[in-house]
Amino acid sequence: MHPAFSVIFLTTLIGLGQGLFLAIYTAQVYSVVELIPMTQGDDRIFYGVGSLIALVLLGMGLIASLFHLGHPERAWRSVTQWRTSWLSREVIALPLFMGSLFLYGLFHFMGWNPVLITVGEGFAIDLTLLMGAITTLLAFTLFLCTAMIYASIRFLQEWASPLTVLNFILLGGASGFTLATLFTYYAAPELVNFIGGWAMVLTVMALLSRGASLIRNRLLRPKSTPQTAIGVRHSTIRQMAQGAMGGSFNTREYFHGKPQLLVKWVKWTFILFVFPLPILFLALGISGPFDTLFMAALAVQYLGLIAERWYFFAEANHPQNIYYQVA
Amino acid sequence: MTQLALVIDLNVCVGCSGCVTSCKEWNSSGEAGPMPDQNPYRAEPTGTFFNRMQTYEIGTFPNTDTLHFPKSCMHCAEPPCVPVCPTGASYKREEDGIVLVDYDKCIGCKYCSWACPYGAREFDEQSKVMKKCTLCVDRIYDLSLPEAERQPACVISCPTSARLFGDVEDPDSEVSVKIREEGGYPLMAEWGAQPSNHYLPRRKTHIRVREEELVRADNPLKRENFTKPSKDDQSLDDIMSW
Ligand code: SF4
Ligand code: SF4
Repeated sequence: MHPAFSVIFLTTLIGLGQGLFLAIYTAQVYSVVELIPMTQGDDRIFYGVGSLIALVLLGMGLIASLFHLGHPERAWRSVTQWRTSWLSREVIALPLFMGSLFLYGLFHFMGWNPVLITVGEGFAIDLTLLMGAITTLLAFTLFLCTAMIYASIRFLQEWASPLTVLNFILLGGASGFTLATLFTYYAAPELVNFIGGWAMVLTVMALLSRGASLIRNRLLRPKSTPQTAIGVRHSTIRQMAQGAMGGSFNTREYFHGKPQLLVKWVKWTFILFVFPLPILFLALGISGPFDTLFMAALAVQYLGLIAERWYFFAEANHPQNIYYQVA
Repeated sequence: MTQLALVIDLNVCVGCSGCVTSCKEWNSSGEAGPMPDQNPYRAEPTGTFFNRMQTYEIGTFPNTDTLHFPKSCMHCAEPPCVPVCPTGASYKREEDGIVLVDYDKCIGCKYCSWACPYGAREFDEQSKVMKKCTLCVDRIYDLSLPEAERQPACVISCPTSARLFGDVEDPDSEVSVKIREEGGYPLMAEWGAQPSNHYLPRRKTHIRVREEELVRADNPLKRENFTKPSKDDQSLDDIMSW
């Protein structure tokens, strides 16, 4: 498939935003059950500003997505088919998540945090904890919707796998936690080890899952062949004409149009940039802690994710390409 | 239930692209238009088409066969392109099974084109909406046309009558009989889209003559000491015509 930068930015930016929120909320949950100390700094900054950064990233993703549309002014129509279309579900889930995240950040920032119920020995469920739980649910819903847009097209065999969903969650989570590590360095330094540790764990898990899908896709056998495409049983079928001289939508939308060498290069770039380098930078950064190393980890991982998403598209081979072999 | 569709006889198609041109002509001015082109008269011409003619070479020289292969939307019975559309712009008509795009609703997200295994949908770079074959829905019901012309433009224009149009759900329709009796098949059946358009395969006509049919044991010409009868001899007619 042709990698569209609007979609690359959309999926990587919202993944980053979702991951950042999940990191912040993880810190809150852990501190509520007292697995980690309460943040000593200003909670309003940590949760409020953290949510705001996540919101900005999601907003940027939303804007990027509009560039993908031929008629962005009609985008509101795309909420109507949620019964059948994962794209429609994503269009609903994204603003819902953003709204919920906004409230979560606002409640923290304004300090509106009444205890709703107390469970057992002084374990209080307050408003922000509840709001965070709802937002977490929506964050995972959004991950699911985004990934299912790709995973639900059964004949794009490279995408049609539960691994696609897992990859979106883990890659978004890993990059979000890396960003959160940098953020906690400024907003709640006592949490750097905790969040940074999780960022590394998630990056390793993302490596396992993305690695698994790379191997899976290598071993894939295309179900469609020139024989099934035109219905002629002969082992030698050569296309002589494809119905267009200067190319067509079919030769542009479904091919990456780049030399194989570049595709390979992008693959190894993302494998290096998304996984080992950030882990290295995070580990060294935590030992300091050094904020420049956290910045480097974030920059390298985000660049890597852009390459990863580019490769994700380039790797997918649409069955219609059989009809355009000379493209 | 009705499912209108095309049946394309690959044995008859000569690859003249008449269907491609007449489709473009009709639909440029019809309800489904326009079908804009970019760079039509310069290098790298490109544009929107609902139907494309492709050519394949089967086998290795000198044992090759040329296959001309027109491809347009299959108006699938289970179209994977329809449920993915977020706006409802893509839909399948209940009454005749035609799959259409509502250009006023389409946001041009191109998701449906990813979800068509056949590459039958083409994005119109000028109107910024998705376009595809309409089976000439604006012709086939037009009562102001003579009945014989209430057919898709490609079907009427085909000089070899390689394209047939009709209801593939009606077992007695011309198209159904053709599919049943002449080995009609759908493309890429493996994806379960149940395409309604069918293709009739290339059929080679062979005359089966056995050796003993050529040299018959009782062939009178092979009789020994056969002499040509003279004109005065009795002929078969002389005996038979009494
Ligand atoms: S051929 Fe493609 S565009 Fe046409 S109905 Fe089938 S899936 Fe949809
Ligand atoms: S391009 Fe138009 S018809 Fe296709 S899925 Fe998007 S909105 Fe629907």
